Amino acid sequence: MSKHALPANTSLQDSPQNESAAFVLQGVRQVKEGQTLLDGIDLEIVSGEVTALVGPSGAGKTSLLRLLNRLDDPVSGVICFRSRPLNQYPVQQLRLQVGFVFQTPVMFPGTVRDNLLIALKLAGKSLIDADNLVAETLALAGLDPSLANREGERLSVGQKQRANIARALMTSPEVLLMDEPTSALDPETADRLMEMVRGLGKEKKITVVMVTHRLSEAFQASDWTIVMESGRVLEAGATRYIFEQTANPRIRAFLEKSK
Amino acid sequence: MLPLGFFQNADLTDQSIVDVSWLNLLMALGLILIAIGISRWQRLGLVKDFVIGAFRTLIQLVLVGYVLVYIFAVNRWYLTLAALILMLIVAVNAAIGRQKKTGDRKTLSWITGTAMLLGSSFTLFYITALVVRVNSWFDPRYLIPLFGMIVGSAMNGATIAIERLAGEMEARQSEIEAYLALGASYQQASEQPVRLALRASLIPTVNGLMVVGIVTLPGMMTGQIIAGASPLTAVRYQIVVVFMQAAAVAMTTVIVALWYRRSFFTTALQLRPRPAGNQ
Repeated sequence: MSKHALPANTSLQDSPQNESAAFVLQGVRQVKEGQTLLDGIDLEIVSGEVTALVGPSGAGKTSLLRLLNRLDDPVSGVICFRSRPLNQYPVQQLRLQVGFVFQTPVMFPGTVRDNLLIALKLAGKSLIDADNLVAETLALAGLDPSLANREGERLSVGQKQRANIARALMTSPEVLLMDEPTSALDPETADRLMEMVRGLGKEKKITVVMVTHRLSEAFQASDWTIVMESGRVLEAGATRYIFEQTANPRIRAFLEKSK
Repeated sequence: MLPLGFFQNADLTDQSIVDVSWLNLLMALGLILIAIGISRWQRLGLVKDFVIGAFRTLIQLVLVGYVLVYIFAVNRWYLTLAALILMLIVAVNAAIGRQKKTGDRKTLSWITGTAMLLGSSFTLFYITALVVRVNSWFDPRYLIPLFGMIVGSAMNGATIAIERLAGEMEARQSEIEAYLALGASYQQASEQPVRLALRASLIPTVNGLMVVGIVTLPGMMTGQIIAGASPLTAVRYQIVVVFMQAAAVAMTTVIVALWYRRSFFTTALQLRPRPAGNQ
């Protein structure tokens, strides 16, 4: 199913279509309040790696991301997750496998531990002996496990964002969607968060799809980059290729402007 | 409102009540003129509403008086029932009439109507079967005023519950979506808004339980006392009334809130965009 399940010498290009794709989008259109947000998106998102969605604001990055765990449904087009259309999964099951981290972190009432345990509770999993899992997941998200007993609201913004990531990771999702996770963070904190995200892809083989307006982050953390503009995909490819070799003049201009 | 002398007690009726004649009533208009004067002086923009309101009060209550006299005289179950249904319909309309935030009025009338019907009729049944044991089950002299007070409370409760729930659902969108994204059901995602809506609609009732008789002398009790009933009888009735109002509000609002919240979600557990005309 995932890329590393293939024989070691099989390159991505050789693998049959969809085999390595977590998501396949075909002709996806999204319209809200009369505004076309996504205008015919065809894409594949590679399993077990980090994909960055970049582009100017209003490009449709967040609108696209929200479709992947059905926070929204497109007005037309098909989205497949592991070769099956999204709407064939019971939506709650789908969301347990496809986690979402919002741009502004949301802490539920209670301690950090409470926040993490809510995820288990919603997944219908046992809370007995969950303390080890809480500690492990906090560490994975780059938070000191001693913060577990701190009131969620008393964390810094950066810590809240990590706690939100940890909460999304509690149920071991296959995919983690992140909507501008660093937008509220200072560059240094953002940098460390990106390192952590990179690790999720590299070590945990979690498929990460991340919206970002900071190109440096895409470059730093992602294997794949999708450049969007006005509801369309300008180009999608390996991050190094997009950043260093793209021939698309609009992308070159965008990269220049964002430096 | 209760016509004076409603629960007049047989053993005390020899004390005659001071009647309010039509001329006396005209004098009472002076009181509303004071209110109108203040509203005009401070430019509250309420003069017209006050005048219309005063006339409506006058006309509605006088008519109700005659209607009640008629219904009591005829004393037929179908007339009583018709009166109760009419009261319910008017109350349901009033409860949802003030909702500006709802393009889904049809759903809301249905939900509110059912909730108020169930909450109020159960309470009325409980009262007349177990507490105020009325001789004939349709005795309008008891059913109509009791039902009026029940439905009135249920109406206020439902209004607050609807308004608060809609407000919280809008204010807490990001929190609700965070729950949904974790695989929550709509019940789980809306737990907090529902709790807040229910608390808001029940707190006036709870406060009422705390201060009744000390800060407020409820209208019905006052009426009975003026009508010559023993304060002890009036108090016992009032206790019944306060408890029945609490029950009616709790039942009505819980049905409204638990049912209405469904309308904020699509079947795919997404937050439904609120209908236009949302301000």
